[in-house]
Amino acid sequence: MQEKFEPKIVGFLCRWCAYTGADLAGTSRIKYPPNINPIRVNCTGRVDPTLVLKALASGADGVLIGGCHPGDCHYTNGNIKTLRRFKLLQNMLDQFGIEKERVRLEWVSASEGERYARVVESMTEEIRNLGPLNWKRKEMEVIA
Amino acid sequence: METTTKFSYYPGCSVEGMNKAYDKSARVVCEALGVDLVELNDWNCCGASAYMSIRELRAHLLSARNLALAEKEKKDLVVVCPACLTTLTKTNHYIAENPRLKKTITTALKAANLQYYGSVKVRHLLEVVVNDVGENEIKSRIKNSLQDLKVAPYYGCQLTRPFGEVDDPEFPTMLDKLLGWIGAKPVSYPLKAKCCGGMLMMTKEDVGLELTKNLLACAMENGAECIATICPLCHMNLEAYQDNVNKHFGTDFHIPILYFTQLIGLAFGFSRKSLGIDDELTPSKALLEKHLEVVR
Amino acid sequence: MPEKIGVYVCHCGTNIARTVDCKSVAEYASHLPNVAVARDYQYMCSDPGQEMIKKDIHELGLNRVVVASCSPLMHESTFRRAVSSAGVNPFLFQMANIREQCSWITENRELATNRAKAIIAGAVTRVSFNEPLEIKKVPVNPDVLIVGGGITGIEAGLQIADSGRKVWLVEKEPSIGGYMARFDKTFPTLDCAACILTPKMVSVGQHENIELLTYSDVIDFSGYVGNFTAKIRKRPRYVDEEKCNGCGQCEQKCPLSVPSEFDCNLGKRKAIYRPFPQAVPGTPVIDREHCLYFTKGACRVCEKFCPRGAIDFEQKERIVEVPVGTAIIATGFDVFDASRVKEYGYGRLPNVITSLEFERLTHASGPTAGKILLRNGKPPETVAIIHCVGSRDHNYNEYCSRVCCMYSLKTAHLVHEKTDAKVYEFYIDMRAFGKGYEEFYKRLLEEDVTFVRGRVAEVSEVAQNPSEKGKLVVVAEDTLLGIVRRIPVDMVILSLGLEPRKDALEVAHTFSISRSRDGFFLEKHPKLAPVSTAADGIFVAGTCQGPKDIPDSVAQGGAAAANVLSLIDRKEVELEPSIAIIDENVCSGCKICLGLCPYHAITFDEEKSVAVLTAALCKGCGVCVAACPSGAIEQQNFTNSQLLAEVEAVSA
Repeated sequence: MQEKFEPKIVGFLCRWCAYTGADLAGTSRIKYPPNINPIRVNCTGRVDPTLVLKALASGADGVLIGGCHPGDCHYTNGNIKTLRRFKLLQNMLDQFGIEKERVRLEWVSASEGERYARVVESMTEEIRNLGPLNWKRKEMEVIA
Repeated sequence: METTTKFSYYPGCSVEGMNKAYDKSARVVCEALGVDLVELNDWNCCGASAYMSIRELRAHLLSARNLALAEKEKKDLVVVCPACLTTLTKTNHYIAENPRLKKTITTALKAANLQYYGSVKVRHLLEVVVNDVGENEIKSRIKNSLQDLKVAPYYGCQLTRPFGEVDDPEFPTMLDKLLGWIGAKPVSYPLKAKCCGGMLMMTKEDVGLELTKNLLACAMENGAECIATICPLCHMNLEAYQDNVNKHFGTDFHIPILYFTQLIGLAFGFSRKSLGIDDELTPSKALLEKHLEVVR
Repeated sequence: MPEKIGVYVCHCGTNIARTVDCKSVAEYASHLPNVAVARDYQYMCSDPGQEMIKKDIHELGLNRVVVASCSPLMHESTFRRAVSSAGVNPFLFQMANIREQCSWITENRELATNRAKAIIAGAVTRVSFNEPLEIKKVPVNPDVLIVGGGITGIEAGLQIADSGRKVWLVEKEPSIGGYMARFDKTFPTLDCAACILTPKMVSVGQHENIELLTYSDVIDFSGYVGNFTAKIRKRPRYVDEEKCNGCGQCEQKCPLSVPSEFDCNLGKRKAIYRPFPQAVPGTPVIDREHCLYFTKGACRVCEKFCPRGAIDFEQKERIVEVPVGTAIIATGFDVFDASRVKEYGYGRLPNVITSLEFERLTHASGPTAGKILLRNGKPPETVAIIHCVGSRDHNYNEYCSRVCCMYSLKTAHLVHEKTDAKVYEFYIDMRAFGKGYEEFYKRLLEEDVTFVRGRVAEVSEVAQNPSEKGKLVVVAEDTLLGIVRRIPVDMVILSLGLEPRKDALEVAHTFSISRSRDGFFLEKHPKLAPVSTAADGIFVAGTCQGPKDIPDSVAQGGAAAANVLSLIDRKEVELEPSIAIIDENVCSGCKICLGLCPYHAITFDEEKSVAVLTAALCKGCGVCVAACPSGAIEQQNFTNSQLLAEVEAVSA
C-alpha cells in the first residue's frame, strides 16, 4: 500500500494576528493536520515573494501567508501591501505552471483559532489531492 | 419585450390532488408575467414533513434527486408549496455543511446516474414574483381593479422559517406588498405568520381546528374580507375545515380563501374558471362581484 | 568564530511529551550542523531548566541557544533573560514552538515528532545567522490618557491622579458617569447608584491632577510605549466653561424641549442642557441640531438670561495634542437593541419596555419621578421580566451578559417596592455568582416572585380567552412543570444583554488594539493579563473588555491603574529592536520604500541620493525590507539570511 502523501506547508504568520490565532488553536486543543511549519514575522508585509519561492524550491508543497484582516493591521496597512504583492506572485506562479491552490493568503485574527485550524486543514487536503510539488524534479525535466 | 425569467417548475404532490387550482392559476399568471416555468421532468415527491422525521437519510435522498435533476437543466427550481421549499432547502444546506451526508448522497445518486454539485437555488413563486418581476411589471398588467378588496395575507410557518432567507421570520411583508401592488388592501394582523396546524389537522384535529379558528378570528377582527394563501396545506385547512371549525366552536366563519396567484390573475383580467375559482369550498362569488370592476 | 549551538527540547510535563518523542527529537537535533549539545528536559522554563542552559554556556562555550518548547509569546523573554545572564546576547537565542503549533494540534505521534524535528531544524539553521543586538531603552512619559469617564475610567483616573501623576480623562458625553449614572439602585446592596457615584465624579472634577475633557473624543493616537501622542477633539459646547457657574438659568429659560437620550427618550430635556442634575462638569451643552438659534437663527434667550455671559454661539471645536506615556481604554458598552427580537414586540407593543427604560422610570429624577407606570399613566397589576434578551442566543449574541440575572432580581424588587404588582420572572439559569448575590436571590424568592424556568417564545397581544383580553400574553414553556404557559400581564420588561459599543471598531483602529470574536476588546491573556493588550502601554478595563458588573469594573480600573503606575515607575521601557536598517552603500536611490512606510520613517537624502531611516519612528513591520529591489534594507532579527535559512531548513 502506498504511504499517504504528507504535504509540507510553510506558513508565514504575522505575530499580532495569525501567529497568535494559531497559538490559540493549540491552546484550545483544536485538532488539525500538523502539516504546517510556522515562521513568525512581525507583519506579512515582510514577506518578500522570494521567500515564498525559496520555500517551494526547497521542498515545500505549499505556502500559507497569514495576516490580519484588512483594517486591523498593527502597522496600519502592511497586509494590504501583501495582498498587492500576492496578486502579482499568483500571476508568476501561474506562468511557472504551479497550481494556484499551493500558495494562499488568508486573514486570521488573534481570536480566530478555529478558523486557522480549518484553513490549514482545507489547504492540507487540497494540496494532498494535488500531490507533491517536487520543484527539483520539475527543474530537471525542463533542463532535460 | 422584456427577457423572460426561466425556471424549472416543481409543482409538488399537494397541487396534483385537492389543490389543482393553485397549479392552474400559477401557470396562467406566470405566462402573463413572462416567467417561464418548465415543469421538471420526472420529478418525485420531495418527502416533505413526515418522512424527514422517520427516515432522515432517505428523505434527503428523495429531495436530492430533484435537485440533481434540476441542476441538469441548469435552471433554478421554483416551488409553490412552502413545505417543498423547506425540505429542498434543508437538503441543499445539509449537503453543503455535512461532508458525510454529501458523500452518502453522492454515492446514492451515482447509482441512478445522477450527480449534484450544490448549485441549484430553490425559490418560492411568491418571492420570484415580488423580487424578479417587480412592482412596475405587475402594475402595468392590471386590467381589472380589485378596488381595495380587504385581503389578509396569510404566510404560514414554512415560507420564512426556519431559515429566514425569504423574508423576516416573524413579520414578513412580501405578500402585503404584492397585494398592495395589485390594488387590494392588505390587512395587518398579528397572526399572519403563525401556524395553521398543518398536518395536525389530520392527526390531532382538535389542535388543528383551534389554531385555524384563531387565525380566522384574528383576520376577521382586523377587517379582512378574504384571506390570501401561499401554501396548499394552509389553504386547505383554512378553507376546507371552516365548516368543522364552525361546528366545533360555534362560530360563523364564511371567509373566502384564495391563492395569491388567483388574486393576481383576477387583477390581470383572467376569468374565474381559468383560475380554478369556480370549485372552491367557501364561495367567493358574492365577494368578488362586490369588489371586482369586472367579474368574468 | 564558528557557532556553537545548544538545543533544548522541553517535555513541558506531558503537554509536549505526550505527542512528541522528545528524546528522539533531541537526538536528531544533536546531529544538525553546528550543534554542540542537544538535551531534553521536563520543564525548561523552571529554575533547573534555565540553570542547565547557563551551565552549558559556561562549560561548553555555547554562543547560540535554541529552546524547543511553547510559543515564543509565552517564554521568549524568560529564556532571553536566562541566556543574557550567562553572558550571551539575548538575540542569539531562538525559540521553536513545538507545543501550541505542534504537540497540541494532533494526536498522531509520528506526524507530531516529524513536525517538531522540522521546526527545530528551522530554528537551528536560523539561529546561526542571528546577530547580537542592543535593546533600546526609552523614557516613559508619566502622563496618562484615560478614554472613557464611566465608573471604570473614574476609578483608574483617581488611583493614578492620587499617586501624583497627571491624567487626561477624555469623555464623549457632556458629563462623566457613564451608564451607572442612569441606574436607580445597584445590586445586591440596593445602594443608590448616584449616591455612590457622584462623590467620585466630583473628586474627578476637582482633582488637581486630572485634566477633564468632556464632550471630546480621541481622533488620533500614535507613537510607541512611553511616548504616545493623542490628538483630542473638543467639540464645542457653545458655553464658556471658565465663565459658567452651573446656575441652571439657561436651562430653565430655554423654550425648546426635545426627547432626552439620558431618559431613553421617555422624558424631555431642553436644547441647552445638562444630561442629569449631578453632571460633572456642571457646564451645560447646546444641542446644535435642535437649538432654535442654530436651526432658525432665532431665540438666544439663554444668552439673555445668563448672569455670567457664558453663552458663546461662536465657539469652535478645538484640537488638543497631548503627549502621554500610556493609555487606558475604558469606553464601556451599549445595550442590545430589543427591537431585533420581533417576537417580543418591543417598539410595536406599547407596554413592552427595556430594563434600561425601567431604570429611568424608577429613578427619582426620571420622566415619571420614580413611579412605575404603564403608557396610560396607571400602575401595572402584573409585570413580567424576561431574562437573556439578546444573550445566550445564536441568533444574536452567544455569550452570557453576566449582569442581567442580578439586575432582573433587582428590578423585581423595585417593582414590589413601588407597586402592588405581581411579578413573574422568566429565566434560563439563575446566575448569582458574586458576593451577596445568591443571598439576594433567596430574598427575592421569599418576596413571592414567581420564577418560571423557560425561554419566552413570544409576547402576544392576541387573546385566546377572556382573562387575556387587553393584556400582553407571555407564552413560555415552564420546563420544570413540563407545560406551555400563557401568562397575561400588563407590563413586560426585557432584560437586555450588553454589547460592544457601536464605535468599538473605530476605537480599536485608533489605538491599534484587537477585538475578540464577540467584538469586545481583546486582552493579552484572559486569565493572567485581563487588562493588558498586545500593544505595550495600552490597557483596557471595564465593560469594553467584556460584560461585567460594577465591582469587577472597578477592580479592572484599579488593575489597569496599577499596570500603568508600574510602567511609569520603571522610568524606562525596552523596545523590541527588530527595526529596519538601510545600508546606504547598497541603496540605489529608487525611492520605492519611501511611500510604503506607514510611519513616514524613511526620508530621502538628496545629496547622497539614498534613503535614510529615522530609527525612533520605525516600528519594525518589515514592509520596506520586502520591497527593496537592491536588498539595501534589512530588518534586525528578521534578516533575509535568517529567514531564507529557516525557510530552506523547514521545507527540506
